[in-house]
Amino acid sequence: MTGLQLAALILVAITATAVVLTPEALRQALVLGIFGLALTLLFFTFQAPDVALSEIVVSTVGLPLIILLALRKIAEQEHARDREEDE
Amino acid sequence: MSRRARLAMFAIAGPGLAVVMLIGMHGMPAFGHYHGVYGLLIDKIEVPERHATDLVTALNFDIRAFDTLGEEFILFASVAGVALLLRKLRHEREARRRRGIEDHSFAGASAGLQVASLYLIPLLIALGCYIVVHGALTPGGGFQGGIVLAAGPLAILLAGRYFAMKRLAPEWMLEASEAIGAAGYALIGVAGLIIAGVYLKNFLPLGTPAMLLSAGMMPINSVAVGLEVTGAFLVVWTEFLDQELFVERDGGDRA
Repeated sequence: MTGLQLAALILVAITATAVVLTPEALRQALVLGIFGLALTLLFFTFQAPDVALSEIVVSTVGLPLIILLALRKIAEQEHARDREEDE
Repeated sequence: MSRRARLAMFAIAGPGLAVVMLIGMHGMPAFGHYHGVYGLLIDKIEVPERHATDLVTALNFDIRAFDTLGEEFILFASVAGVALLLRKLRHEREARRRRGIEDHSFAGASAGLQVASLYLIPLLIALGCYIVVHGALTPGGGFQGGIVLAAGPLAILLAGRYFAMKRLAPEWMLEASEAIGAAGYALIGVAGLIIAGVYLKNFLPLGTPAMLLSAGMMPINSVAVGLEVTGAFLVVWTEFLDQELFVERDGGDRA
């Protein structure tokens, strides 16, 4: 195992822990993107460029955007429910 | 469950999992020592028999092309599911264009961000096309290039112009692109059945390895998958964004 691979593995461990320890879902989505970037580095150093390419676009563009929009939708529905209960 | 009960459960389950994993990992081959037969075989036959220089694409689009057909329809079905879930419901109505949507500025897209996004659009589209058509030659292919392509129109949204994005990539075009991509892949398979006698079997000349038009039907498969993935991701994103920007519940007074 080369030093680069070791560094990528450690980076993945750190960022993955950071995702779990992030309390708020909104911030978690962004930290998840950084975790995806670390995974990309890992795949790249382990000579899997195809997987790295998929990972970088899915985890840094696709997934966070879908999570953010879904969170927004959930917040909106909860807001509406609260209002109905108030009435 | 109280915090104490959860901790107690973890105290039992954690070491248990650790033991099972240690036992499981004990018999694994050493790091970097690959023992599979299949991978070595593919490595040997793929350039002489398929004329593709990228092993992964050769696997996806030729040697195990049938698997890719299944994956394609998983994506297709899930996107259809999202579109169904986010359809306009009876108690929702399309809101009037609210002020500020045309150049809706989510916390203010700065001039720098707008210029940078405009630069990104052609670059992303060019890179996406490159990755799609060079699938059989270099790492990449329909799936990877497709998402890069989908990110192109999305950069317009980043510049704060959602309607301009919908003009560049209107919904009918996205849906058509997704459907044509999915159907195209299946139809290439049928062509293989008719011409070569086996579903998804290569029926095109293999060409010179490392040339753009080589590796038989792989480039065409790659383009079909690219079309589908581009359409699929953009459909999901625009469905969510439409919900966010236009749909309003009855009696809703959200500004």
